Amino acid sequence: MARIRLTEILVGAFMVLGFVALFFLAMRVSNLSLATAEDGYSLTAKFDNIGSLRVRAPVTMAGVRVGRVAAIGFDQETYQAVVTLRIAEQYDQIPTDTFANIFTAGLLGEQYIGLDPGASPDMLSNGDRIEFTQSALVLEQMIGQFLLSKAEEGGK
Amino acid sequence: MPSFSSHPKQRSDQMESGSTTSRSSGDGSQRAATEALVRVRGLHFRRGEQRIFDGVDLDIPRGLVTAIMGPSGTGKTTLLKLISGQLQADAGEIEVDGQSIGSLSRSELYALRTRMGMLFQSGALLTDLDVFENVAFPLREHAKLPESVLRKLVLIKLEAVGLRGAARLMPSELSGGMARRVALARAVALDPTMIMYDEPFTGQDPISMGTLTSLIRQLNDASGLTSIVVSHDVSETAEIADHLYIIANGQIMASGSPREVAASDSAWVRQFMDGEPDGPVHYHYPAAPLEQDLLHSAVH
Amino acid sequence: MLDSIASLGRAGLAAVASLGRAHLLLIGILGGLPSMLIRPRLLVAQVYNLGVLSLLIILVSGLFVGMVLGLQGHYVLSQFGAAESLGVMVAASLVRELGPVVTALLFAGRAGSALTAEIGLMKATEQLSGLEMMAVDPVKRVLTPRFFAGLISMPLLAALFSAVGVMGGWFVGVGLLGVDDGAFWGQMQSKIDFNEDVLNGVIKSLIFGVVVTWIALFEGYDTSPTSTGVSRATTRTVVHAALAVLGLDFVLTALMFGG
Repeated sequence: MARIRLTEILVGAFMVLGFVALFFLAMRVSNLSLATAEDGYSLTAKFDNIGSLRVRAPVTMAGVRVGRVAAIGFDQETYQAVVTLRIAEQYDQIPTDTFANIFTAGLLGEQYIGLDPGASPDMLSNGDRIEFTQSALVLEQMIGQFLLSKAEEGGK
Repeated sequence: MPSFSSHPKQRSDQMESGSTTSRSSGDGSQRAATEALVRVRGLHFRRGEQRIFDGVDLDIPRGLVTAIMGPSGTGKTTLLKLISGQLQADAGEIEVDGQSIGSLSRSELYALRTRMGMLFQSGALLTDLDVFENVAFPLREHAKLPESVLRKLVLIKLEAVGLRGAARLMPSELSGGMARRVALARAVALDPTMIMYDEPFTGQDPISMGTLTSLIRQLNDASGLTSIVVSHDVSETAEIADHLYIIANGQIMASGSPREVAASDSAWVRQFMDGEPDGPVHYHYPAAPLEQDLLHSAVH
Repeated sequence: MLDSIASLGRAGLAAVASLGRAHLLLIGILGGLPSMLIRPRLLVAQVYNLGVLSLLIILVSGLFVGMVLGLQGHYVLSQFGAAESLGVMVAASLVRELGPVVTALLFAGRAGSALTAEIGLMKATEQLSGLEMMAVDPVKRVLTPRFFAGLISMPLLAALFSAVGVMGGWFVGVGLLGVDDGAFWGQMQSKIDFNEDVLNGVIKSLIFGVVVTWIALFEGYDTSPTSTGVSRATTRTVVHAALAVLGLDFVLTALMFGG
């Protein structure tokens, strides 16, 4: 009987340990603890070029993560990318004249959206559109421009 | 043990001709008074290319000890498996207590098996349970008994085989004879109407052999069981059996009471009962002549 | 020539036949679920055999795999000046791939082979026939609890492997190589998605658990009851389970992360 009891205790401990590991993976390793952003509100923004921006990329203000990219679409009329941002509920004081930039983390890092708050007294709410956007810096274009300007300098 | 060269003239064809010499009579010993618990009619069974049974008829009379004997590899164990429905016959009829085994559904077969006990050659005890739990196993599975009743029943069964003291040992701690006695206690735990013994005497020392023979006889007489003993140990089996069948080459070679079979004048039966090394059944496995094999280096 | 074609055909037919037997066995095993739920103790004993007894090898392997990932990852990433992404790299490799796959391979070696040998020996020593003669279905009684124990144990073991591996990577990266602690966890959290990465990893390990346990049980149950037969079946379990896990991993990865 004692042997059976010990087995049961060990199996119970094993199950608890396994679920603790799963919990650890969920809360500490993955973004489940940030998933509250799911029940925030949506904003859209149109960009001429989003570079390699992906769905789930972070949306930050002053370097603080306030939400994520929920969807990326394409507007056939303006030939622009339509990015839907999901902003966490507690960050509801974003002015209407806020500037949305696509930045790159590090030289080759992933791209994310940085919001630069404006000065308008009106605040953005669910479904609103951010008017002012700055496209992604595409490395090839940058290098091309750099070479072009160098060539012009050399030509002078 | 005879040396290899002492029978240089054996030929493969002699094996064939010798085997079908006699179908001994002995049916006169069938007691008309005792009805058959198991009836086998026209049994055919083959495993791959090998014919195991080729038209076997036999009756196991109720309440008696019937022994099925024959050389190793003649399918005695297969016969038990056919009777208990673990294998399906290719043709023929097997009836146990009036029920045809082949036509039973799975649950009907399982219901019938609760009335059959079987003692396996190796004992087949569950190695992760101790002796007590092994004997209690069929009771726990099939009878909803309060723990106190179950305990008493198991201890009575163990007492009957003289191993009540070993109740808390694990199967790995038992000797072969003890394991077989525990298996016997387990086989009779549900008070079956019939019990089948698969080679109960193989590999036993004389003492446990004696214990087992008397146990089989006692169990049969005390609780009105029907017993089928499959064995090739002539003397022990003849001692306890009421009725004998001798099987070889897929057929019944002889049947009758032990005395009748012992008195048979069939050369084959004589060789088997007396344990002669050579006779109708040859010492040599069929092969090409020795000279031929030795002179040609390549053997196929 | 014809002979070799014939033997190829024979081998093909035999493979199909054993696949059929394996599926029939699986149906039988699943049919034993209700009777197993009545006796949860059988399941608990098997979770002990398969899960608890595999714990040590899983934890130790996970720790070392994570530490190696930390070391190698740091070496590669620091060349691009992206050592802060070490946490992402370690966690993503573990949670998506190495956790489920390596755990399944170790599980096949540690628990699968033991299962096959146990069932094979039960068959060889007539214990399965004995159960059948006691009117107890050996598939439901013996195989079903083992199958579900494997199904329960595998995802938990894989989760433990990944968690311990992340800790190992953290220990090497942050503790020994001086990666910033906040960056290690912060980047990891922002890049690893629960649904996409963690949950898919759990699904993978669940599927691997089913496949490995199924193969192990089938090989044991289908073995020829001799010592050679059991030893061959044990080898086959490890080989087939490993191949199945790696092949399935490719398919699952393509389905989950490829699209």
